[in-house]
Amino acid sequence: MKILVFIDNRKNILKKADLELAYYGHSVAKKHGGDVVAMVVGSGVNAGDLGKFGAKEVINVPYNGSYDVAVFSNMISQIADQTGAELIVLPHNSSGKPLIGWLASKMNISSVTGVINIPEYIDDKPVFKKGVFSSKAFAYVKTLTDIAVVSLMPNSFSPEEVGNPVDVKTIEIDGGLPKVKVVGVEKVEGKVPLPEADIIVSGGRGMKGPENWGILEELAEVLGAATACSRPVSDVNWRPHTEHVGQTGIVVRPNLYIALGISGAIQHLAGVNNSKTIVVINKDPEAPFFKAADYGIVADLFEVVPELTKALKEYKSEK
Amino acid sequence: MNLLVCISKTPDTTARITFKDDFTKFDESGIQFIMNPFDEFYSLVRAVELKEQFGGTVTVLNVGPAANDIIIRKALAIGADKAVRINAEPTSAYFVASQIAEYAKDKNFDIIFFGKETIDYNGGEVMGMVAEKLDLPFVHLASHLDVEGKTGKLDRDIEGGVEKVEVEMPFVVSASKGMAEQRIPNMRGIMMAKRKPLEVMEPIEVKDLVEIVKYELPKEKSGVKLIDPENVKELVRLLHEEAKVI
Repeated sequence: MKILVFIDNRKNILKKADLELAYYGHSVAKKHGGDVVAMVVGSGVNAGDLGKFGAKEVINVPYNGSYDVAVFSNMISQIADQTGAELIVLPHNSSGKPLIGWLASKMNISSVTGVINIPEYIDDKPVFKKGVFSSKAFAYVKTLTDIAVVSLMPNSFSPEEVGNPVDVKTIEIDGGLPKVKVVGVEKVEGKVPLPEADIIVSGGRGMKGPENWGILEELAEVLGAATACSRPVSDVNWRPHTEHVGQTGIVVRPNLYIALGISGAIQHLAGVNNSKTIVVINKDPEAPFFKAADYGIVADLFEVVPELTKALKEYKSEK
Repeated sequence: MNLLVCISKTPDTTARITFKDDFTKFDESGIQFIMNPFDEFYSLVRAVELKEQFGGTVTVLNVGPAANDIIIRKALAIGADKAVRINAEPTSAYFVASQIAEYAKDKNFDIIFFGKETIDYNGGEVMGMVAEKLDLPFVHLASHLDVEGKTGKLDRDIEGGVEKVEVEMPFVVSASKGMAEQRIPNMRGIMMAKRKPLEVMEPIEVKDLVEIVKYELPKEKSGVKLIDPENVKELVRLLHEEAKVI
C-alpha cells in the first residue's frame, strides 16, 4: 500500500506537524505494510529530512502562489494517481482542513477528518478513530472506497527518527491559477500557535480582569506554552477570540493543559479533555473542572501561580 | 445579493452524550437540539447583515427531517427571508453536500455560507465538497467577511494569525468565531418567521462513502490528585516524574 502524506512547505521550514505526518504514515505502513511517499508543496528546502521520520520517497512540487483549495487538490490528486496512493494523509490544520472535503468530492473517495489512530482493518477496509461531539466521545469510521483521505489531528503521534534522509524528486504540476488571492498575512510573532502547542496555560473568569494576565503569561513563558482562555473571557474581550478554547472555539489536545480560574463548564471541557495531563488551579473546591483533572490545587491563583512559576524556573535551571 | 446559508441541527452544547444499541447509535432521547452555533452565530448573522447593507435575499437550507423545522423557523426569525428543507436524514457529509449542490447548482447564489464545522460530528467537510461540486472558489475558517463590489475580502484563520484573502463572487465560505455577533431573535422577527415560506423538497439518491462502526466514550479520569498549595514543588516533580510532560 502506498501512503501519500501532504506537506504544505511554502514557508521553507519543516514543522513538527510535518514530521508527525511522515511518522504517522510510517506507523501505518509498519502495521499494515506499504511505503510512505511525502509530497512537499513549496520550495522543498530540507524536505529530504522527512526520510528520517519514515518517508521512503519525497516528491517536491514547486509552488509559491496563493493558498487555493482547488490548486492544491489538483496537485494532490495528480500525485496520488501517479504514485497509486491508497491512503492520503493531510494535516488537520488550516492547510489540510479546507482540502479534505474538496479532495474527497473531486476523487469520489471516503474521507475522515481529525483522525487519531493507526487504523484497524474490518472487511479489508481501514477504520479510523476520531473525536466527535467536540471530544465528548469518539467514533470509529470505516472508509468504503478503495482510496481514502484522512486528516491527522496534531499532537496525536510524537515523531521519532526511524530512517535516513532521502533524495528529493521534483515533479512540476500545473494546478491551475488560484481564484482565491492571499493579499497579506497578520501573525502574532513569537507566540506558539494553540493547535500545535505541547503545553497550554489557560485562564478563566477567576483571573478577574485582563490586567492580571501577566502572571499567566509568565507561567506560560517558563513552560514555552501557548496561552488560551475560556469563552466568557473572550466574550468580554479580556482576550482575543483566537484564544478561546472549547466547544465553539478551538479544540486542543496538548500534553499539558493548565487551567487557572476556570470552573470547567461542559462546553469548555469538550474542547480540552483529550489533553494528556490536566492541571486545575481554582479556589473553589467544588469547581467541576477538578473531576476532569489529573492534578489540582485548591487555592487562590494569585498566590499560587507566581510560586509555581518560581518553582518551574528553579527546576529548569537545575536541568 | 443572493445569499444561501446552510444550517445544521446539533445537540445543545450542554448535552450529555450517550449511545444505544451497543454503542452503535447516538441516543437522542432527552437531548435538546439547537441550530449549530457556528451556523447561527456567525454565518447566518453575517449573511443577514450583508443583506441589510446591500439588499437581496437570504435563503436558509437544511437537510433533515420535519423535526428540524423549529431551528429553520429560528433562522427565519433571525432575519432569513425564506427556507428550504431537503427531507432526508443527513447520513454523512458526502450525502448532505450532494443534496446542497443539487439544490444550489442553478440558483445563481453570490455567496454560499456555512459554519466552519458542526459541534456533533466535527467534520468541516460539507462546504469543501459543495464548492468542488459547484466548481466555486472556497474560503474555509473565515473570521471576517466584507464585500466591495463583486469582491469578497476575508480573513482566514491560520495558526497564530490570519491570512487576508480576496475572492470574486460567487464563492463558498465557512465562518469561524468572529465573523459576526450572535443575534437573539425579537418578537417581531418570531412573528414574521411564521409567515415566511418554508419549502420542503425530496432528496436525490446518494450513497454514503463512510460508515460509523461504533462509538466510544472517553475513559473516566482516575481521580484528581490534590496538591498542597504550600508545596508547589511537588506539582513540578509529579509533572516531570509521573506525568512526564515537562
